[in-house]
This record gives sequence, structure tokens and C-alpha cells, in this order.
Amino acid sequence: MHMADALISPVVGGTMLAATAGVAAYSIKKLQNEMDEKKIPLMGVMGAFVFAAQMINFSIPGTGSSGHLGGGMLLAILLGPYAGFLTMASILLIQALFFGDGGLLAYGCNVFNLGFYTCFIAYPLIYKWFTRKEVTSKRIFVGSMASALVALQLGAFSVVLETLLSGKTELPFGKFVLLMQPIHLAIGVVEGLVTAAIVTFVWRARPEVLEKAANGEALGNISMKKVLTVLSIAVVAVGGLFSWFASANPDGLEWSIEKTAGTTELKASDGIHKVLSEIQSKTALLPDYNFKTNESENNKEETASQAENVWPAVNAGTSVSGIVGGALTLALAVFTGWIIIVIKRKKKKITA
Amino acid sequence: MANMINSLSNMRLLDDLARKETFIHRIHPLIKLLTTVAYLTVVVSFERYEISGLLPFIFYPILIFAFSEIPVAPILKMILLIEPLIIGIGILNPLFDHSKVVLGGIAVSRGWITFLSIFIKCSLTVTASILLIATTGMDRLAAALRMLKIPKIFVLQLLLTYRYISVLIEEVSRMMRAYSLRAPGQKGIKWSVWGSFAGQILLRTFERAERVYQAMSLRGFTGEYHTGDISKLSFKDLTYFAAWCLFFVIARIYNIPVWIGSLFTGVIR
Repeated sequence: MHMADALISPVVGGTMLAATAGVAAYSIKKLQNEMDEKKIPLMGVMGAFVFAAQMINFSIPGTGSSGHLGGGMLLAILLGPYAGFLTMASILLIQALFFGDGGLLAYGCNVFNLGFYTCFIAYPLIYKWFTRKEVTSKRIFVGSMASALVALQLGAFSVVLETLLSGKTELPFGKFVLLMQPIHLAIGVVEGLVTAAIVTFVWRARPEVLEKAANGEALGNISMKKVLTVLSIAVVAVGGLFSWFASANPDGLEWSIEKTAGTTELKASDGIHKVLSEIQSKTALLPDYNFKTNESENNKEETASQAENVWPAVNAGTSVSGIVGGALTLALAVFTGWIIIVIKRKKKKITA
Repeated sequence: MANMINSLSNMRLLDDLARKETFIHRIHPLIKLLTTVAYLTVVVSFERYEISGLLPFIFYPILIFAFSEIPVAPILKMILLIEPLIIGIGILNPLFDHSKVVLGGIAVSRGWITFLSIFIKCSLTVTASILLIATTGMDRLAAALRMLKIPKIFVLQLLLTYRYISVLIEEVSRMMRAYSLRAPGQKGIKWSVWGSFAGQILLRTFERAERVYQAMSLRGFTGEYHTGDISKLSFKDLTYFAAWCLFFVIARIYNIPVWIGSLFTGVIR
């Protein structure tokens, strides 16, 4: 479910970073009120635990395959929502930096998708509701399962929204949703089962750990009002973003129209397609640079254009220069790097 | 298992690389962080159909590699591990966007153009992030975060998480090894022991956290984690930042490859 930098636009990335920073600041404020310095090492080690636990493969019954834990729900249950959210945020930052999993620009999206829904929606509204009266292994199971399912569905849907708003992929909304939601339903079941199993075990072996986590965070006091406030801010942010994106960038809107039209039926859409791509090529910001530089296809197309002489000469020229220039740029970059390394080595030899 | 050992050795490799002493390593961590963010923003801001304009941005990672003496091969290997994820999403572009762009009589699917663009962007952005940590290190990066007024709790928590990942991965791999010796040829942990397996690790983790905290208290921990002295911004740091930003802006506005290419083809003609 990690979003990558390459798939988002700066606007979407920036907005989600701001939203995440807001939730994080709120969590930190809540934590500071009720926390002794003892809790920080626990949060740190818990973060490391989830990181390590993500590498344990659990066999999925009846399939012969295996999956692993995501950990957002577990963190919320064992540390409380505020500490859970912050812990998730630090795990994701380490993954982005050390493994390129997700990215720095997409960081806000990832923390929101994996941390916000688990800690501030699924945990207080679902898990707490199931375990509000008394804690039994059955209640833990139902609560974990339901909350993991809901949290993952919300997270997956938000991945779809963020990707589409960024406009880097060609995925039509409907198909992308149909792709993401069922897969994350399956992942959610595994997540729920693993979370329930771990929480139940801890509750049986060391019930005070769960109680401590719950009491330490003053869980009974999470007011719905606050959760709803944060949620509505997020909705407004996303909604506002959508309208801004649509108005500021006609290409995005045009694209979505074209996509919806293009994926319905064959004959009718062909006409619309043609018309729309014509419009698009006319309204594009830098029409001269569009479609000019595709490696091997361009080579073929270039020779073809010379043979047929259909392609306007000016454009063929730009296209050729795009390829030649691109190749030269890459060669120059590699050459520069090589020269620096050679000079550095010589210097070292002299000093040594 | 292999997965775990891989992650661990990758983290240690980056940790070691961050201890080198080169011109790039000596640049102020805050400046490196800001430069990376600027780079990512500019790269990501390119249109879906843009390819040639993106190419000059390869100068940034190549120069960092060369100046910081970071070995290219292991880093490239790490990046290759990430690529399948992005290819998985990007490869759907050619499937969904059949609209052909007729270029000189040959029809090219636009989906392939966007796919190539995403692929290049992914390689550039992932490389930039990994190079940031490989030339800075976690402690100095944390200090930079503190300078950006990121709250103490979060930075401290981040550092502790990072420190204990290797400790816990070793613990997990020990348990996994024991498990696999008793259940040879089994794929994953059997569902009936999910809870007790992960739960045991968790309980050990709690106990470890307790001991860690006690040890920290004994050494005078009162909620403050010192990341060492970070020097002030120097003229060199600011020049570094300004030079890169200038390059990013120029490369974003002007399509350098097309410019070089037309110059070159013009000369030939």
C-alpha cells in the first residue's frame, strides 16, 4: 500500500504532508499531557517490533502462500492512537529513507493511509466499541478483524484517490478501485487474524500490558467530537484539493473525461477519443515537446517519416534532437561522474 | 529469512557509508535534506508524457555518487528491489491507455510513454532518498529535523526505533530459525501459532524496552537525546544549495536535451 514519489504530484504530496503534520502535531500535544519519559523508549522499541514483525511470513490457510503484518492496528491497540500514529510515522520514514519504500514526498500520503485510518478511525470507532464492556478473546477477535478490514479498505481507497488526483497513471477510477479494494479485503483478513492472535496472546499472558496501554492513554476519554473534527478537516482538504486541481489544471479534467469516455465502448469511444486527443494536443502547455522522445519507437517512426514524408519536417527535427540530445545528456552525465572518480583516485594515490 | 538478513545488511551498509568523510558528507545535513526535497519536488512535477526533460536530472545522483565515493553497485541493487512495485502499477498504463499517438506513420501507445516516464521518475526519486541517508546518517538527519522544529518526542522516537530495529530483527530471525528447524519445508508460520509466535517476540520486546529504559536512566536520560554538535550553516553549504536549486530550475524550465540535440543535429546539417 506504500505510495511512491513517482506516482504523486507535488500538490497532492504537499497537501497530504500538511494533513499528516497536523494529525502528528495533535497526537504529540495529546501525548505530552499524559506521558512520562518512560513511554518513549517503549514506543521506539514497539516501532522496531512492528518493523521486524513485518518480515515474519505467516502462512495463509488454504492457499499455500504467505503474507505479513502491516501493524497499524496492532500499534493502535497496544500503544493507544496517539503513540500508535507517531510510531507508524517513524517506521514509514525509516522505510522511505533506507529502502526507498514509499518516498519523502509521498511520506504524508503513506502515514495518512496506514496510520490515520487505523489509529483515528478504526481503533476508536470499531475496536473500542467491540471491547467497550468487557475484554474477551471473542471480542478481541471480532474487534481486530472488523477494524483491520475497515482500516485497510479506507487506506486502499485513499491510495486510489491520491493516485488519481496526481494524474500520473492512466488507471481509470472504476478499474483501479476494483483492483485495489478486493486485494486489500484479502490482506485485511490476514491483518485482522494476525492482530487478533497477537493481542489475544498478550492479553492472556500479560493482561496488564493491554490494560496499561489502555489506561495510560486515557482511552475512555477519546471524544467522538475530536475524531470527527480531524476527519472533517481531512475531507475538506481532499475536497478542496480536488476542485483546485480540476480548475487549475484543465489537462487533469480533460484526462478524466477522456478516460471515462475511452473505457466504455469500442465504436463510439473511438470517435470521442480521437477528438479529445486532438483537443489535448492543441491545448497542451508545451505542444512541441509532447510525444517527442520515446526511445526505440522514435527511431522507427523517424525512418518511417522520412520514407513517407507525412510527418511535418519541423516536428521530425525536434523529435530527432530530443533523442540525440537525450543520449548526449546521459553520456555527458556518466562521463562527468567517471571523470570525478578518476581525479579523486589520482589525488588519493598522490597523497598515499 | 533471506529477506530479513538482506534488510539488516542494507541498513548497516548505509550506516557505514554515512561515516565516510567526503565533501558531500561534510555538507550540512539540513542543506542536504532541503536539496533532496527540492529535487524530488521538481522531478515529480513533470508532465506524464515528459521523458527528455527528465534526463538532465540524472546529473544530481551521478555527481553525488562520484563526489561522496558511494559504491554504485549495492545501491543500484537496492533500487532494483523497489522497481517491481512501481512497474506493477506503471505497467497497467499501456493496458489502459490504448490511444495511439501517430508519429510519422507509426502508432505508439501513449501508455508506454507514461510508463517510461514513471519508471524514470521512480529511479531518480528512490536514488535521491537513499543517497540522502547514505551521505548523512540517521543521527545527523535527526539533528536536521530538530532544526526544522520537528517536536522532540517524534525525533527521539524515530532514533530509538531505528536503533532497535537491528536488535529485534536479530531476535526475530533467531526465532524463525528455530521454527524452521522444527518445521522444515513449511511456508510461513502456521496459523495456529500466529499469536504465540509473534506474541512471544512482543513480550520479549516489552521486557527489552524496560531494560533499555533502565539502562538509559542509569546513564542520565531525562527525556533528552543528544545527537552531537551540528555546526552552523556555512557559506559553502548555502552555495551548494543555491547551485543545485539553480540547476533544478533551469532544467525544469528549459528542455536541455532537445536544446543540445538541435544544436548537434544543426551542426551536422
